[in-house]
Amino acid sequence: MAMKVELPQKGFNFENFQRNAVLADKGYKAPKVTKTGTTICGCLYKDGLVLGADTRATEGPIVADKNCEKIHYLAPNMYCCGAGTAADCDHTTHLIESKLELHRLQTGRPSRVSTALTMLKQMLFRYQGQIGCALVLGGFDVNGPHLYTIYPHGSTDKLPYVTMGSGSLAAMAVFESRWRKDMEREEAAELVKDAISAGIFNDLGSGSNVDVCIITADGVDYRRGYDKPNQRGVKEQSYKFAKGTTAILTEDIRQFVDVVEGDAMDIS
Amino acid sequence: MPITHEYQSASPVKAPVEHRFSPYTDNGGTALAVAGEDFCVVAGDTRQSEGYHINSRYQPKVFQLSNGSVLATGGMYADAVTLVKRLEQRLEWYYHQHEKKMSVDALAQMLSVILYHKRFFPYYVWNTLGGIDGNGKGCVFSYDPVGNYEKHHWNCTGSAGHLIQPFLDNQIGFKHMQGIQRRFLTPEEVVRIVKDSFTSATERDIYTGDYVEIFIVTAGGIDVQRVPLKRD
Repeated sequence: MAMKVELPQKGFNFENFQRNAVLADKGYKAPKVTKTGTTICGCLYKDGLVLGADTRATEGPIVADKNCEKIHYLAPNMYCCGAGTAADCDHTTHLIESKLELHRLQTGRPSRVSTALTMLKQMLFRYQGQIGCALVLGGFDVNGPHLYTIYPHGSTDKLPYVTMGSGSLAAMAVFESRWRKDMEREEAAELVKDAISAGIFNDLGSGSNVDVCIITADGVDYRRGYDKPNQRGVKEQSYKFAKGTTAILTEDIRQFVDVVEGDAMDIS
Repeated sequence: MPITHEYQSASPVKAPVEHRFSPYTDNGGTALAVAGEDFCVVAGDTRQSEGYHINSRYQPKVFQLSNGSVLATGGMYADAVTLVKRLEQRLEWYYHQHEKKMSVDALAQMLSVILYHKRFFPYYVWNTLGGIDGNGKGCVFSYDPVGNYEKHHWNCTGSAGHLIQPFLDNQIGFKHMQGIQRRFLTPEEVVRIVKDSFTSATERDIYTGDYVEIFIVTAGGIDVQRVPLKRD
């Protein structure tokens, strides 16, 4: 039997695509999205893994946010760094976070990194790269530590050290020269810090502070603002305006002399 | 933009592949100039970039010219260097021919003419010229790439031009304020405002940073200050 009610289709709605193409032809600009020109990375070490990210968000040549969070929570044992379109990264990680929570309630077991990986790559592939997020996924599960990169079209890599975003080349240069197997915890955190710093200073899309997240079997150590190498200096002078500097068009001072209670509001 | 018009057909004969080359690039950066009563301050950051890449952290784009004026450039650095070379040569010819240095007003006019000579293959440069005019007063001229120019009291161009210009309007020109005593600022006051302009622009413009070089032009000569900016 045919359905009486048409259920909404799963996924994005493309019915305005042609209309938008016509509008674009006539010179209407499509809205601009905030891109996190970004450096994100992660690396394995002896007891687990370390994720890292810078904190600059840009809108073209302008810095939109000087201290944004790019390491997203997915599960108690799993975090995910996002590069690309800020909204896509936020919503995609949020969606997978919810799905993982429900999955844990259903199964009664801690989430596995491969579960999150599969959810993310299948979703991104379904949208054919239209969801512009490049991710670094890291977590510790029953099978040990795992570190993955996920590209916007849905392909994935599993590697001992990974980088993503516009600063990925700068960060990878640091990993390629200094990463070793079975590093100590603080040594790995410092290496990730230096990789992100390379992105911050050499890539114009990345900047401000370094966030680091260390994931082990024993839990997560999220170090927001692990390094702050770009504090603003002191200004030369104060720019406080004297009272009355701003022009006023009209001025109206209400005299509260006769306060009369009105009738009770009609809520019938 | 894709080319889709009558040349496209269903026939198997393909149109030749067209490779495009752009002779221009934008190397970013910000420059400004402020004319005082008997002095002029010209400043620019020293970061040279292309896309998300930094070519150099110290490649000055503000040039001292031999007639005692200062030229701040923005846009494409290679064109700026060529332009400055031509200006310097013309200043030298003028000096030998007339046995005096060219006035800033004359240089301003000449720069406009040089730019307009390349009207249909312009120097991709936004110029700001600062100096002391024939009456001993500070002066600032700003140009578009094809030679349209105007005399100002203050001006800011480049990637953070739209961030700094309204700040200068307010702090140098005392605009949008009521009950304020308008006056000429001292060189020290202007330099303080210039430093704060650049440190603030560095916070929000990705193409501005590394160092700011400040030229203070007075009748006695030119003083240069270099101040470090954030490098991220």
